[in-house]
Amino acid sequence: MAAFLLRRLLQGALVVLGVTFTVFVVTRVFGNPVDLMLPLSASAEQRAAFAAELGLDRPLPAQFMQFVGELLRFDFGESTWQRRPAMAVVLERLPNSLLLIGAGLGLAIILALPAGLLAAGRPGGLLDRVVTGISLAGLSMPQFWVGLLLIVLFAVAIPVLPTSGMGTPAHLVLPAVTLALVPFARMTLFVRSQIMEELNRPYIRTALARGLPRSRVLVGHALRNTLVPFLTLVGWELVLALAGYTVVVETVFAWPGMGLVAIQALQRGDLFLVQAIVYTVAVLIVLVNILLDVVFKLVDPRIGLG
Amino acid sequence: MTAPLLAVRDLRVVFPTRAGLVRAVSDVSLEVAAGETLGIVGESGSGKSVSAQAMLGLLPLPGRVTGGEILWRGRPLGDAAGLRGREIACVFQDPMQSLNPLMTIGAQLVETLRHHHGLSRRAARDRAAELLAEVALSAPARRLDQYPHELSGGILQRVALALALACEPALLIADEPTTALDVTVQAEILDLLAGLQARRGLAVILITHDLGVVAGLCHRVAVMYAGRVVETGEIDALFANPAHPYTQGLLRATPGLDNRTERLVAIDGAPPSLRAPPAGCPFRPRCPIADAACLAPPPFAATDTGRAACWRAGAAAWAEVAP
Repeated sequence: MAAFLLRRLLQGALVVLGVTFTVFVVTRVFGNPVDLMLPLSASAEQRAAFAAELGLDRPLPAQFMQFVGELLRFDFGESTWQRRPAMAVVLERLPNSLLLIGAGLGLAIILALPAGLLAAGRPGGLLDRVVTGISLAGLSMPQFWVGLLLIVLFAVAIPVLPTSGMGTPAHLVLPAVTLALVPFARMTLFVRSQIMEELNRPYIRTALARGLPRSRVLVGHALRNTLVPFLTLVGWELVLALAGYTVVVETVFAWPGMGLVAIQALQRGDLFLVQAIVYTVAVLIVLVNILLDVVFKLVDPRIGLG
Repeated sequence: MTAPLLAVRDLRVVFPTRAGLVRAVSDVSLEVAAGETLGIVGESGSGKSVSAQAMLGLLPLPGRVTGGEILWRGRPLGDAAGLRGREIACVFQDPMQSLNPLMTIGAQLVETLRHHHGLSRRAARDRAAELLAEVALSAPARRLDQYPHELSGGILQRVALALALACEPALLIADEPTTALDVTVQAEILDLLAGLQARRGLAVILITHDLGVVAGLCHRVAVMYAGRVVETGEIDALFANPAHPYTQGLLRATPGLDNRTERLVAIDGAPPSLRAPPAGCPFRPRCPIADAACLAPPPFAATDTGRAACWRAGAAAWAEVAP
């Protein structure tokens, strides 16, 4: 186990190095941080001084080494917008995003498992058609529109929930539901099709032939055997949430998380803050994948930690 | 003959499909007495497995029972769920696929034992080890903690037998229990089955396409063709003197130790489509002695050796083949 973790962490470090190289090439070789960060009205002298301050007047290899060195020292530069270290801004906002993602994906998982199971229990039945219909509708609606729809419904027409900011649990409801809808839809359809496929497998027939109740065979045997592919999907949704859902949902509901800050940083040309966010997301995705590998091993004894 | 444990009367099973109604089982009647072994023989698609699934109430979708009745100790079986695993147990073809890959052997045994007998975890585990010993597995206590993928097909089929025995059934349905196994392992499993049957007084329904397996193990045999039972009888008499042309053809196409000099001859043609079976006798298109009378459905009439569904039962259908 320790050797496995070590190897996966090294692989993860390689991925992060790849991200570093890509970010460097995109921002320093193709792009020009000076143009990005200084106003159009800045004079040539001001531009040169700023470039020198950032070390941008040195050759590219030297710049790259400096870039990597700063990252290793956990120095992501100063946010030009907030006038404080970029990583401090990220770390301040990250918990809010994780709270939103946790609530949203948690809700999606809790609802999708029973919904998918019930739908698969009687394919073509009323319940199946309702669940499948809701899921397809959920998949078809853009998140920002769902968010606005929910605001109109639960804040304007029936004013029961706050529409923006955070603070009380009530503030979490609309953003979490909005974020949950698409993952819920995808997970439900996935669980449904996986369980339907699993129910045709001989071991299910044997379990039923042993006289075990159907509910128990569904949950204890069929669902358990779909757990590995299901968790793979959950991991994928987690990545999408970190790198996309949060940006949309936090913008709609003014949720002070990392996604909202990413948009604001981009609008203000705050290169270092954007870089810090990209790094945080990349590292989180690497960690999610390692965690999933460990969980797979715990769920399925056939999976080796090779 | 004692009162039958399980009696199937005029069972019909259909599978509605897009291409039409598939009549998988038509008017099948079977009986098994306590302690008796009945062989059901037939080629793929003859309806033998579907009949067994109907007896267990485990027909795969979209299969439906549309006629006939299944009696358990003289009473209608209902949906069979209550008897499954308690009175009627079964073993299936592919032991590698028949066990939950994510659960240890012990967990699956314990789950079953606890469900049926309400044993404590400890007691269920002890009983599970006893059952593994009963199916002649070495080191049963160690096996309990192994997963199916760590064991061979022969061992898994023994485990499957132990699982079937976990609830002290009166009837064991074995659906092609040795088909997926090596020949040497097949013999071991069949020996084990015969031993268990003798020791426990089990009734067994053995479904197979292998006449050799039937000959070694069964008291009576039912030969199925195109969803119907075409002939039944006591095993020795029927094999010595088959009445139905299909049974005769099957025996002629089966190698044996005693007829090594004879040539094996396949039956020409293929079984009929179960969507649009031929009128009258389903074997008519392939039968060398079919005549105009065979256009009417043959009665399931008594013969010298049992019963056969053939207008010309007893007539030698196939010419002897020169060696």
